[in-house]
Amino acid sequence: RAMELPPGHFPAARAAAAAVGYLRYLRGGPGSGLQLRQLRRARRQDIDGVGHKYYLELELEDVLDKDRTVSCTAEVLYHLGSNTSAPDVQLTVQGELRSTEEADKEFYNRIRSLEKEFVAENIPDSHGNVPPELEPIHLLAWAASGYVIWQNSMENTKFHLAQVKHVKQVKRNDEDLQFDFVILLHEMVSQEVLPWEVTLLWHPQRGARVPQSRAAPAGS
Amino acid sequence: TINPELTNAFSQPLLSLPLTTPISCRHQVLRIKTKNEEEVKQLQLLESLEHLQLDFWINPSAPALPVDVRIPAASVQAVKAFLESQGIQYSILIEDLQDVLDKEKQDMDESAQRQRSTSSFDFGAYHTLEDINAELDHLASEYSFVEKIQIGESYEKRPLYVLKFSTGGSKRPAIWLDAGIHSREWVTQASALWIANKIASDYGTDESITSLLDRMDLFLLPVANPDGFVYTHTSNRMWRKTRSKIPGSVCVGVDPNRNWDAGFGGPGASNNPCSESYHGPSANSEVEVKSVVDFIKNHGNFKAFLTLHSYSQLLMYPYGYKCTRPDDYAELESLGRAAASSIRSLYGTTFQVGTICKTIYQASGGSIDWSYDNGIKYSYAFELRDTGRYGFLLPANQILPAAKETWLGLKKIMEHVRDKSS
Repeated sequence: RAMELPPGHFPAARAAAAAVGYLRYLRGGPGSGLQLRQLRRARRQDIDGVGHKYYLELELEDVLDKDRTVSCTAEVLYHLGSNTSAPDVQLTVQGELRSTEEADKEFYNRIRSLEKEFVAENIPDSHGNVPPELEPIHLLAWAASGYVIWQNSMENTKFHLAQVKHVKQVKRNDEDLQFDFVILLHEMVSQEVLPWEVTLLWHPQRGARVPQSRAAPAGS
Repeated sequence: TINPELTNAFSQPLLSLPLTTPISCRHQVLRIKTKNEEEVKQLQLLESLEHLQLDFWINPSAPALPVDVRIPAASVQAVKAFLESQGIQYSILIEDLQDVLDKEKQDMDESAQRQRSTSSFDFGAYHTLEDINAELDHLASEYSFVEKIQIGESYEKRPLYVLKFSTGGSKRPAIWLDAGIHSREWVTQASALWIANKIASDYGTDESITSLLDRMDLFLLPVANPDGFVYTHTSNRMWRKTRSKIPGSVCVGVDPNRNWDAGFGGPGASNNPCSESYHGPSANSEVEVKSVVDFIKNHGNFKAFLTLHSYSQLLMYPYGYKCTRPDDYAELESLGRAAASSIRSLYGTTFQVGTICKTIYQASGGSIDWSYDNGIKYSYAFELRDTGRYGFLLPANQILPAAKETWLGLKKIMEHVRDKSS
């Protein structure tokens, strides 16, 4: 009952983008940045009274280690008639991704040892530059935006992180690092560039969490 | 021994020159030919008289060797008189040193300018509109078959410059190529510049380009939306639309790729002026669009219409305003695949091929739909690198790879058009 979809057409591509957003939130960190190398196969099933379910076979790569790819199967369920609930995403990653333990620990210790709270803006800049020391923050922004993208994806949207406008570290009493981001999301179908405020917590063992996020108020 | 005549001849103080006089004004350079040791000694004494400020370029050392000396204007007459009184032969090597220096500086300036004009435009960097326009001028002046023409003005009165590549004939069948209609897509304007230079410099040596331009003309509009482009530099890097004021709205700008007369106002375009895909009050309301439409219609002999966008790595043909296939679907799909294959051959970059409506979204009022429905069969829209990692903010170090691979795809299409059009 599942219909085969051409991987090069937009319905499958949009579902893949939602799945990758979720994956970045789940697995993202300062030392790893997962992106879609290729969408190998896609099928869609219309479930009466429930919604549309996409079955995807993805090939992923880490932007920091492009020689290696990893396969992933994903199921993305868009709930019927709902503009308020996030799609359900189930992922299975086959094989091992590069270990980022060392890089994570090094980044964690570096930020924890800063006297002043870390601040940066415009990542990348207008010319696409990301200074090497800002790449880990860029990748954490991917994790943060991955959450927002997953939560806000619908069958007629396709989001990408366009730019990190601003990031500010907030020192905490517990073990987590906290970064407050203002990110710009590019939505492909409407072509809008939408500012979002996202708070990200991150810890080398506990990974990324987004306790709060909101579309930035008009005029910001 | 001090020669008394020597001392007498030069006992007068130097005429004092105003401080503003350039040091070399009317200085002369003499070449002195000494006949014997005695004359050499005379010159060595002359050398020792510091108040004369003589500058020996070749010092007196032996009778057989010439002595070259620069003499300040004030000392020239006195030194000449002395040499003549001693019977020492001399000739004037440089009549007026300032002249020589002036000419030398002029030569250097011209050389530096040639250096700048031939090699200094960095195609692997992002540039301002001013710099791009200067490079268009340079290309037009450097190549006899390249001409810069103005096809209109933007809303804010900036010229719309097109490079015309034509090796002759009269209104030969032509190819249209534009970039930057959406101003934030910076890799497209940058790639267009590289492509312009590539075509111009390879004509005569590259067989494909040469046979193409020997039979067809090419018109290239590298910055189709100059107002938006300037705005991305000065105010908002993410600006997409034109900068036209919309009556009754606080919002500015129309999506120039929803403003063409092809399914205008239909699905996939917004009627909200504040939207990024606002189609505008009417088809061709944007002067940036109307100028191109008028130019192409007046020319009447275009065979291909190619437009560059970013990002997503797609190679698309009509239609966008409707999801039915164009009549020439089979040929356009096949040629598109061949072009994508050429693109991939360089760096492995994959472009998806298909109609706009199936590949990206339904979108009305688009340029290649207009061109196709107006008889220009080979109508393609490219979405260049990347697929979202950097998006609009593609690092400058990817400009050249993007331009080069895109060029291979364009060339494949142009070669096919050439073969079918002549």
